[in-house]
Amino acid sequence: MRLDLRSLQSFIIPVGLILVWQALATAGEISGTVLPAPTAVFAAGWRLALSGELWSNIGVSAWRAAIGLAIGGGIGFTLGLANGASRLFERLTDPTLQMIRTIPHLAMIPLVILWFGIDETAKIFLVALGVFFPVYLNTLHGIRTVDSQLVEMGRAYGMSNWALFTRVVLPGALPSIFVGLRYALGIMWLTLIVAETISASSGLGYMAMNAREFMMVDVVVLSILIYALLGKLADSAAKLLERATLSWHPAYLSV
Amino acid sequence: MTARSLSTVAFAPGVGRPVALRRDAPNASITLRGLSKSFGDKPVLRDIDLHVPAGQFLAIVGRSGCGKSTLLRTIVGLEGPSSGTIQVAGGRSDAGRIMFQEPRLLPWARIVDNVRVGVRNGGSKADARKAALAALDEVGLADRAGEWPSVLSGGQKQRVALARALVSHPQVLALDEPLGALDALTRIEMQTLLERVWREQGFTAVLVTHDVSEALALADRVVLIENGAIALDVAVDLPRPRRRGSVEIAKLEGAILDKLFGDIERPTDESPLHREAVA
Repeated sequence: MRLDLRSLQSFIIPVGLILVWQALATAGEISGTVLPAPTAVFAAGWRLALSGELWSNIGVSAWRAAIGLAIGGGIGFTLGLANGASRLFERLTDPTLQMIRTIPHLAMIPLVILWFGIDETAKIFLVALGVFFPVYLNTLHGIRTVDSQLVEMGRAYGMSNWALFTRVVLPGALPSIFVGLRYALGIMWLTLIVAETISASSGLGYMAMNAREFMMVDVVVLSILIYALLGKLADSAAKLLERATLSWHPAYLSV
Repeated sequence: MTARSLSTVAFAPGVGRPVALRRDAPNASITLRGLSKSFGDKPVLRDIDLHVPAGQFLAIVGRSGCGKSTLLRTIVGLEGPSSGTIQVAGGRSDAGRIMFQEPRLLPWARIVDNVRVGVRNGGSKADARKAALAALDEVGLADRAGEWPSVLSGGQKQRVALARALVSHPQVLALDEPLGALDALTRIEMQTLLERVWREQGFTAVLVTHDVSEALALADRVVLIENGAIALDVAVDLPRPRRRGSVEIAKLEGAILDKLFGDIERPTDESPLHREAVA
C-alpha cells in the first residue's frame, strides 16, 4: 500500500493545477476566450471523439510519427552500427553526417514543401530526418564505448564475429541506444506537430490550426493536452522497453 | 641455495599429486623458441626459450612492466610474437583458456550463460548448459546459476570466470594475475580452489603473478622475468598441499626475492623484507 501512496505523489501537482485552473475559470477569473475551463476542454474532446474526428486525426499523426521513426531510426541505427564497426566507414560518412547535423532540421521545411508539397512524404521526411541524428549518434557512441576487455575476452574464448556482435557489442551498446531512442521520441513529436501546424490537411497539428481559424480555443487547448499525453505515452513505452531489455543493469535490478 | 639459474631446469613433478586422477593430455606442453616481442621500438620480450611440460604448473613472476603479462598473452595468442615460435598443445589453436585479472563477465548474461561462453561450439544448447552447471558446481556456485553477475562479490565473480575457463576442459590454462584484485583471505581460498581443480583436471597451468609467495604456494616451477628475459628458473619440488610459511617455501622465497632485488639492495636477515618472508 505504501508503494501505491508513493506513486500517487507524482499526481499531486498535475491534479492540483487542473483543480486551480477549474476553480479560477468557474469564478470567472480566466476568460473563456483566453483559456477555457478544463470541463469545457473535456466537452470539446467528447464532442470530437463522438464525431470520430479526434480519432482519425490522432491516428493519422501516430501513423506519420511511427513511419518517420522507423525510417529515420532504422537508418540511424544501421549507420551507427556500421560506423561503430568500421573506422573506414566512419571516415567516409561521419564528417558529412556531422555537417548535416548542424542544420536545424525544421529549417528544411520550406525546401521540403517545395520538394514534396504538403502530402505525407513531406511530414515523414522531416520526422525521419529529425530522429535520425539522436539514434545515429547514440548508437555509434554505444558501440564505441563497449568495454574493450569484454571484446578481448570474447575473442580469446573463440567467439565468431557474429557472436561477438550479438552477445557482447550490441548488449553493451544498448543502454546508450535507448538514450538515443528517448531523445528521438521527443524530437519525433516536436517535428510532426510543427510540420502539421504549418502544412497539412489532417492530423493533430492541422486540427489545432483549423480550430484557431474558427476561434475554438477549447479544441486548441485540447490538442496541446493530447500532445503532452502522447509524448508521455511514447516516453513511458520506451522506458518499459528499456526496463525489459536492461533487467541485468544494476540500475534496474529489482531483487 | 635451492634456486638454480638454469633455463633447462630438470623438472620433477610434485610428490603429492594424484597421478591416477589426471586426464589424458598427450600434447599439452608449451614450447617457446627465440621468442621476442616489441611494441613499436620498445622491446618487451627478448629471445625467450622456454619449455613447459604437459601438466606442469608454471608461475611467472617479476616486477610490473617486466613483460610477464605480455609473455602470457603471447602464449595464448592474444598477442603475436615479433619473432620466434610458439608451440602450444601440439599446435591446436583452441586448446588454451585464459583467466584475466578482472572477471570480465558479461553483465547482461546470467551466471550460467556467462559460463556457457567458455563451452566450445558444436554441442547442443542443453549440453552446454549442463556442462556450465557442472563447472559452476566445481567452483561451488551452482546455486547462483540464474543470477546476474552484478550481485556477486569480487571473489565469486572470479570463481565464475574460473568456471568459464574450465568448462571446456582446456589443456592449457593461462592465468593473468587472476587473484591480484582479491582480498587476502579470498585469495587464499582461490589458491586452494585453483590447486584442487588443477590436480583434478591435470591441465598445464601458467600463472602470472607479482606475488612470489603465491607462486610458491601453487607452482611446480617458478620463472623470474627481468627486462623481458628469463633471469631465474626454479623448480619447486615440495609436497602438496603446501603449508603456508614452511621453512622450505620461505627459503625459496628469500632466494627469488634476493635475485629480484639483487640489483638494488640485497635484503639481509635483519631486513623487514626477509623477516616477512620467513614469518
